[in-house]
Amino acid sequence: MNIVEKILARASGRKEVSPGEIVEAEVDMAMVNDITGPLAVEAFRKMGAEKVWDPEKIVVVLDHQVPAESVNSANLHKIMRAFADEQGIEKFYDVGVGGVCHQVMVEDGHVTPGSLIVGADSHTCTYGALGAFGTGIGSTEMAAVFATGKLWFRVPETFKIEVNGQLQKLITPKDLILYIVGMIKADGAIYKALEFTGETISNMSISGRMTLCNMAVEVGAKTGIVEADQKVLEYLKGRFESKSVLPSSDADAEYEKTFEIDASGLEPQVATPYSVDNVKPVSEVQGTPIDQAFLGSCTNGRLEDLELAARLIEGKRVHKNVRFIVQPASRKVYLEALRRGIIETFLRAGAYVGGPSCGPCFGGHIGVLGSGEVCISSSNRNFRGRMGAKDGKIYLASPATVAASAVKGEITDPRAMEV
Amino acid sequence: MEVSGKAVKFGDNIDTDVIIPGKYLVYTDPKELAKHAMEGVRPDFYKVAAEGVIVVAGRNFGCGSSREHAPIALRHANVKCVVAESFARIFFRNAINIGLPVLECPNIVDVVEEGDLLKVDLEKGTVLVVNKNRTVKGVRLPKFILEILNDGGLIEHVRRKLSK
Repeated sequence: MNIVEKILARASGRKEVSPGEIVEAEVDMAMVNDITGPLAVEAFRKMGAEKVWDPEKIVVVLDHQVPAESVNSANLHKIMRAFADEQGIEKFYDVGVGGVCHQVMVEDGHVTPGSLIVGADSHTCTYGALGAFGTGIGSTEMAAVFATGKLWFRVPETFKIEVNGQLQKLITPKDLILYIVGMIKADGAIYKALEFTGETISNMSISGRMTLCNMAVEVGAKTGIVEADQKVLEYLKGRFESKSVLPSSDADAEYEKTFEIDASGLEPQVATPYSVDNVKPVSEVQGTPIDQAFLGSCTNGRLEDLELAARLIEGKRVHKNVRFIVQPASRKVYLEALRRGIIETFLRAGAYVGGPSCGPCFGGHIGVLGSGEVCISSSNRNFRGRMGAKDGKIYLASPATVAASAVKGEITDPRAMEV
Repeated sequence: MEVSGKAVKFGDNIDTDVIIPGKYLVYTDPKELAKHAMEGVRPDFYKVAAEGVIVVAGRNFGCGSSREHAPIALRHANVKCVVAESFARIFFRNAINIGLPVLECPNIVDVVEEGDLLKVDLEKGTVLVVNKNRTVKGVRLPKFILEILNDGGLIEHVRRKLSK
């Protein structure tokens, strides 16, 4: 079996599972946020349930509309506070405490190798970075999980994506995953799992693996995963003490398809409007004027991302026609960026630095686009109207490309900038 | 389970941001969400759908976010069923769970035109194009999923099971 099959077999109490089978599995951890949580709470009550199956296994993170920008949002937050309190859910992250849910889940030790995690958010697949099976579900299903701790899964076929070769200077895991999305296409892996392997992945940081797994859903995949290795164990020290055996794919594991990628010649990649799979090398879109640049989100709001962008913008100014919005993905990332002087670099350059939230990425609030405006963003989706105005245009790129573009006022190859 | 209505057609990769834009996610009232269904690609959809319609679309319908607000908005805008060449996984599950029938049906966009009268038989997994007297075969849903739909969604399904 491959790693995905092994995790589903373990969680469903079976010796073996194979693709296409439907299994009922026990969930190790369940996460909701302030947008999907209230619907789950409502469904939970309507089902006639009273107590959650295990308050220790539920995480509630307020991250989408934070701090509340409207009375409606404030009321949604109240629902989640009251639910956490009533059910004795201690892993509750209020405004200011946590940050973007997926960052908080990984950074606070709620994700462990080999675990099965469901989240009422499509980017739950991010947890594959630690060798966990993370997948997004809806609110009503989450209510059923809250009540029973179980959910049915179709065992997915798996695509093996083997990446070798060293990423060149200023080429990041984001460029790699954009390239992969462009290759597989938005519907190329519906209901499949993606397993990333190869020396490029082994050499990649946990932060980079999170970026990679985060965007698995953009090709329709159920999850993206990297086998846990020594790096993961190092990362988990002080967050979670795991004595369990790390699951890995067998030598004779089966895959529906295998892709081999040589990453050594990769250029910076950009996904152009209005589809995440509309990916081009930066050379084909450079010079496109921008109105806004956004650095943050569950895809690219980590320390490594901020550090790289800060290196590019150090001593320079954000272009006069651009607003550059920066949001560290969590309170912890923010604090460390502050200590290292990264936040100061951004502020001196004329960027707006805000607290963690999902706001700009999904057009909820903060940094919404006006009619016809163009934004280069480190986030994960460029759908029509995603960040505000219906005719706004979003180009997705790496933190390096975002920072370089913010300085030049147009889409720019970061390699052309003096560092 | 059989549903019928006029076809309203869409293309490939209809994402959840156009089905229900992010700014409306602060609402949980299905009636309020319904008013903005498909606003991102067809602002008059709410009016068009009022008489009861069947959405016909290409590949990867419902891609993107896990927001259940998307199928809720469609269902309460009076969409009887979504027939698409393929669905994004989370949308597919969400639709069933909130009681919106969905049917995967390869080549449906080649056969159906906007305004055609459709009859969808979910047990059989077929779409009858009434005015063309043509039947298109889709992918039949497993029995346990049909049961959830017959109960009107997962909430009612769980309640019914609990009351047994």
